[in-house]
Amino acid sequence: MAELSTWETLPVAGAVRPGGAPRTLTSGWRTGEKPAVDLSLCVNCLLCWLYCPDSAVELSAETFTGFDLDYCKGCGICADVCPVAAITMVPE
Amino acid sequence: MSDIRLLTGGEAVAHAMRQVDPDVVPVYPITPQTPIIQTFAKLVADGQASTEIVNVESEHSAMSAAIGAALAGGRTMTATSSQGLALMAEVVYIAASMRAPIVMALGNRALSGPINIHCDHSDSMLIRDSGVVQLFAENAQEAYDLMVMAPRIAEDPRVLLPVLVCLDGFTITHSAEPVSLLPDDDVTRFVGPYSVPNAVLDTTSPTTQGPFAMPDYYFELRRQQAAALETALDVLEEVALDFERLSGRRNGAFESYRLEDATRALVALGSTTGTIKDVVDELRDEHETAGLLKLVSFRPFPTAAVAAALDECARVAVLDRADSPGGTPPLHAELAAALYGSDVELTGHVYGLGGRDLHPSDVRAVFTGTPTPYLGLRGERCLA
Repeated sequence: MAELSTWETLPVAGAVRPGGAPRTLTSGWRTGEKPAVDLSLCVNCLLCWLYCPDSAVELSAETFTGFDLDYCKGCGICADVCPVAAITMVPE
Repeated sequence: MSDIRLLTGGEAVAHAMRQVDPDVVPVYPITPQTPIIQTFAKLVADGQASTEIVNVESEHSAMSAAIGAALAGGRTMTATSSQGLALMAEVVYIAASMRAPIVMALGNRALSGPINIHCDHSDSMLIRDSGVVQLFAENAQEAYDLMVMAPRIAEDPRVLLPVLVCLDGFTITHSAEPVSLLPDDDVTRFVGPYSVPNAVLDTTSPTTQGPFAMPDYYFELRRQQAAALETALDVLEEVALDFERLSGRRNGAFESYRLEDATRALVALGSTTGTIKDVVDELRDEHETAGLLKLVSFRPFPTAAVAAALDECARVAVLDRADSPGGTPPLHAELAAALYGSDVELTGHVYGLGGRDLHPSDVRAVFTGTPTPYLGLRGERCLA
């Protein structure tokens, strides 16, 4: 981890400039389950992409390709909205 | 030529606001602050100030809007009292932590309950540790002066904190007395242009402000804020010196009134110090060595200077216009800390809660008698 600033070297009131925040991966917040997809069932409706609160559904152009597990928090909304049950929640 | 007018403290503050001409004033009316915003709104309506007045739905919103305006790059003022400050308190802490240089007039009024509209300092003391500067006026003139000085203190790059100008409800807000106003141009030059380091509407240099701070940074940011408030003491004296050059009136962190050779001194805040000065003069006429330390800056508290000023006194009595149930009243606690280890005999006395009068005879009794912890309270033993 980078060295932390002292109170004397911090910007006033901790103001953050663009790029000034570390790129924190948030997959550590996931609690037990992650989404898995059976691509043979997927109809590419992109409802999962639309509903994902963490923008963790990945596309290639307009085609569903999978999940960005660095940011997925395992909420299960994608599995819930999938109309063809292609997505299931599985243990980590 | 000085422009001397018969004004209430509320009107005097409104005229200071007219002359400072802030960009934004988000405000919600409450007794006894209302004459401030009422007078100021009329001055704006009459075209004498160009301020955008935001009629918000509560004091919580007033301070929230003030933070947005101040950090967006606009000079911002507001005013409140008592329950309004209580409702606002959550956001006052945030204003201080976001280092928003908002100037606020506080018409001091007792907190409920029981509900009351008259003066004491319990509202100020509610936000004692919020990190804002609190300056107390003795009269309408000082309320005006401090309101002109306040933007300079708040906006100093070493400070960047809200500054409250506290004036006793009714005793100052509603009482008319001669007030000497500076020329408008002098005030404009004195306060200068407004600037904050990271104006959020500066799209060429955008920032995130008010970030979430976890255990790794919260402590550092709180310390940074405390350091700024400590520095405000030096800035106050610098601004007071500049203001004295302009006006001939000196409003520093405290005033020593006939204190040089005093053996007995009182310490107090606000309008009561005017009463105490009269009693000191009477006692001096009787060859009693009485004096007063009139505290102006309660936050930051000028601990070292106060201790030095009172060092030669045999007895010091502190008058608190707010109680701290189950503990030591706030001003008494500050003095006890400042005088710790000295030979000064210190007593503390609560007076004037909810607008209870403190008569010159009560003050005299504190100087000459055996004072009780509560002054002017029925059932307390007579002092003299």
